[in-house]
Amino acid sequence: MSTVQITKSIDARGMACPGPLMNLIGAIRHGQVGDVFEVLSSDAGSKTDIPAWVAKAKHELVEVREEDGFARFIVRKAR
Amino acid sequence: MRNDVLILGGGVGGTIVANLVSKEVGDRARVTLVDATGTHVYQPGFLYVAVGKEKPEALRRPESSLIRDEVKLVVDEATLIDPKAQKVILKTGRTMRYDELLIATGSRTALAEVPGGAGAHDFYTMDGALRLHRALDEFVAGTIVIGVAGIPYKCPPAPVEFAFLLDDYLRARHIRERCQVKLLSPLNRAFTIETTSKLVQPILAERGIELTGFFNVESVDPIAKTVTSLEGETVDYDLLVLVPPHRGQKVIEASRLGDERGWIPVDKNTLKHTQFDHVWAIGDATNIPISKSGSVAHYEATIAAAEIAAAVKGEAPPAHVYDGKVMCFLETGHGQATTIRFDYDHPPVSPAPSAFWHWAKALFNKSYWHTVPQGRL
Repeated sequence: MSTVQITKSIDARGMACPGPLMNLIGAIRHGQVGDVFEVLSSDAGSKTDIPAWVAKAKHELVEVREEDGFARFIVRKAR
Repeated sequence: MRNDVLILGGGVGGTIVANLVSKEVGDRARVTLVDATGTHVYQPGFLYVAVGKEKPEALRRPESSLIRDEVKLVVDEATLIDPKAQKVILKTGRTMRYDELLIATGSRTALAEVPGGAGAHDFYTMDGALRLHRALDEFVAGTIVIGVAGIPYKCPPAPVEFAFLLDDYLRARHIRERCQVKLLSPLNRAFTIETTSKLVQPILAERGIELTGFFNVESVDPIAKTVTSLEGETVDYDLLVLVPPHRGQKVIEASRLGDERGWIPVDKNTLKHTQFDHVWAIGDATNIPISKSGSVAHYEATIAAAEIAAAVKGEAPPAHVYDGKVMCFLETGHGQATTIRFDYDHPPVSPAPSAFWHWAKALFNKSYWHTVPQGRL
């Protein structure tokens, strides 16, 4: 179980790709450095899209966890 | 006693609902449509105005010419909605009471939210499209950059379509070889939908349109003529065209009916406000995770109209709900286009671009005035 303090949780379950990633980008755009965002996504595309964007944008992918029918991504705004 | 059905916004969605509800309920309700300008504007045409292929007057008609005689048009602007008291206050100070309310106020663009971006070009308003057209007419050589400064935005295919139409425009002026066209995409592909991206990316390459992925525009330096992304990259430009950030209308924010960007939370199937009874919202104004486009507003309007008509008649809500249906065209230049059709459960499979779909789009644009607002399509 993660002990990271979540700043904002984005429940994007049921949204088709790229909705979950777009919601994360929007949250990071309006967030502060150090904020931690949690994205819940049931879309298979998120498993490649979200880590790829986080790497490109030089933020930190704290954790990816498989849950029952969805994945949980935890991302820290690093800059 | 007659019910009062109040509709805010005379765009495609509001106009269809006004006409369909009026037709369905007859004398049982007074249907009033409040619109800030009284002029109906066909926004998909802005793209063509920007490249000189459409005249502004072809995209505007008086709202009064598109609504049934039984619908009362009030040219005014809603400034406050009170869903508990079931009333709306207008800019002129008038108060309108309602039994059933439809909010179809659309979205607004906010280019000023982009640091340094206020002077960038866009094709999301008539003025913006005309100003862009003048700038393109004076352009003879250099780099034209097309970027996206916020999601969600109206008409997801628009930046890609603009890139293709711009390529055609520059070729027609015989200056294409002196110009670079760069498309900056927020995703690691050209378009939000993967299958459609696979179709258009080879055509972008063939036309010499340079695609940069994962570039979410964050700021512009209009002196140095550079645009910088949220991801930390910087690109030079001579002429910058931005898809501006979008947000809900001020009345939604003032009335605290939406989220932090002013998008109204509604049930994605019934289009009813998640918190208040007797309130529906459609089109760009909602927070539904689906395209902001005339097509969505069009399909949602028939559902919202049936819901509102049932409420007026005291009947159970209709069984048929909104299933996320979207159908739009995507111009790929050289007189060709493809289509994008999908719903909540079925991703699109776009056909190969052809002249047929280009002409289908042109026909739809021309026949719009006689079919869509009246709810005939």
